Amino acid sequence: MAVIRTENLTYVYGEGTPFRKVAVDNVDLSIDEGEFIGVIGHTGSGKSTLIQHFNGLLKPTSGSVYIDGERLWDDKARLRPIRFKVGLVFQYPEYQLFEETCYKDIAFGPKNMGLSEEEIDKRVRETARLVGLREETLSRSPFELSGGQKRRVAIAGVMAMEPKVLILDEPASGLDPKGRSQILGLIREYHKEKKNTVMLVSHSMEDVAKHCSKILVINSAKVFCFDTPANVFHRAEELSSMGLSVPQVTRVFDRLRAMGCGFDEDVYTVGYGRQLILDRLGRANAEVTK
Amino acid sequence: MLKDITIGQYFPGSSPIHRMDSRVKILLTISFIVMLFIAGNKYGLAVGVIFTLVTYLISGIPFKMILKSLKPILPIIILTSILNLLFIRSGEVVWEWKFITLTEDGIHTAVFMTVRIVCLIIGSSLLTYTTSPIDLTDGIERLLSPLKKIKVPVHELAMMMTIALRFIPTLIEETDKIMAAQKARGADMETGGPIARARALVPILIPLFVSSFRRAEELALAMECRCYHGGEGRTRMKQLRLHFVDLCAVIYVAAFIAGVVLTNIFF
Ligand SMILES: Nc1ncnc2c1ncn2[C@@H]1O[C@H](COP(=O)(O)OP(=O)(O)OP(=O)(O)O)[C@@H](O)[C@H]1O
Ligand SMILES: [Mg+2]
Repeated sequence: MAVIRTENLTYVYGEGTPFRKVAVDNVDLSIDEGEFIGVIGHTGSGKSTLIQHFNGLLKPTSGSVYIDGERLWDDKARLRPIRFKVGLVFQYPEYQLFEETCYKDIAFGPKNMGLSEEEIDKRVRETARLVGLREETLSRSPFELSGGQKRRVAIAGVMAMEPKVLILDEPASGLDPKGRSQILGLIREYHKEKKNTVMLVSHSMEDVAKHCSKILVINSAKVFCFDTPANVFHRAEELSSMGLSVPQVTRVFDRLRAMGCGFDEDVYTVGYGRQLILDRLGRANAEVTK
Repeated sequence: MLKDITIGQYFPGSSPIHRMDSRVKILLTISFIVMLFIAGNKYGLAVGVIFTLVTYLISGIPFKMILKSLKPILPIIILTSILNLLFIRSGEVVWEWKFITLTEDGIHTAVFMTVRIVCLIIGSSLLTYTTSPIDLTDGIERLLSPLKKIKVPVHELAMMMTIALRFIPTLIEETDKIMAAQKARGADMETGGPIARARALVPILIPLFVSSFRRAEELALAMECRCYHGGEGRTRMKQLRLHFVDLCAVIYVAAFIAGVVLTNIFF
């Protein structure tokens, strides 16, 4: 069964004022359990707005959202349990830290769930390990950490609730390349370990291509397509017309194909591309030595 | 959501009133208030009402917004009306019941005061509806600039006001975001007693304070990098200039004030 489903979901900012803006326009979606979904779209396409509907932070202007088959906003009291089921990490989550120590900050979510002390302690330590925070960091104030460490604490704060669906809004933006790949790596690690659904909003085609099983492309508040990376990046021209691109390596192989090197496969990860070239070289070598 | 609070209440548009110079608008609003208060009889007040209506129609502000600006002063209107009705005992008695006596003068004064207050509010909220807060402070600064002679730091005060106005929406947006982020972690702000609710504010206020100080520091730094040093010898990007609309507006208001003065003389 679909863990998240939307029907004609529409959201309008500033209805009835001159600043009216349709940020989500008639979106029908169905997301299955256990998938790792990438969400891409140009700046201001409505990605952040869309994902805030999945845990009941925004109320649809019209249409509905179903989590595990349960329609949101029918009963307001049910929204809080839903928020424990669908964990949302905001863009720049480090600005939400407030506790005296990192430990307490990570424990904020689990505490709100009403878990026992031992369970909270177990979860805090486990997620801290998962996001690569050392024991001694846990007792420090979050305000004296570096940006990347703060980001990890904030992500751990949501992961510690062990939500069935984890949604992250550009978790790697503003980090250095190493920080990027570490954060994305730990999200993938978490996905593998817990087998839950993950949704990753990103501006990096490479990251999305590398990690995701399906990609949701949003263009001007509408769903452009929701498909496998291969099918999505096959439509390179349409993507670039909406201000997006395909991974660099895909462009390299498109170019090679145009030059008549005869790579027929769609390549969207560096690993696969390397494999192809090595195969080709191996065959060439074999022919030479023959 | 918090966003729905309008601060400065500016309602963009392109009516002649929107296009007026903010200095002229401020001065004419003051003249309008004076006009309402020199109106000594119902004919004079009628001229004031016509002025308010016509100006409102020109501005193109939705009627809904006008009602919204009247809502907060409704209790004051009701209270003054009741006091006027009950305590003015002169004139012919219209209706009597136990200790309540309504007289003609009382009713007359109550209606007169109500109409006057309503016009006053509509007229002055037209100023804030049609002028952006930044233009408004700009206008005030320019009008007050003679005070610089007696060492009142007009420019600095206006700058502080402008910065405050500029950052109010930013802070509201920030608060919204932090609230959403904490709600996503299960923060509960709606239930519980007053103490529980006050405690629930901590996760919102701390990040908000931290980021406000960060913002203030960044802004100060950015201003210093651009060699900002107060008002002395500064020119402006947006020069305020008087246009044809402003002349028309002055004539328009003057005509109505003349009307009020004439009714005072002849009736
Ligand atoms: N609080 C708000 N009030 C009014 N309009 C808003 C608000 N938040 C977003 N918008 C508008 O809604 C549209 C979608 O915004 P959203 O933040 O969802 O975009 P996004 O796809 O997340 O962009 P980015 O990649 O830059 O994060 C934008 O045009 C934006 O201007
Ligand atoms: Mg966004």
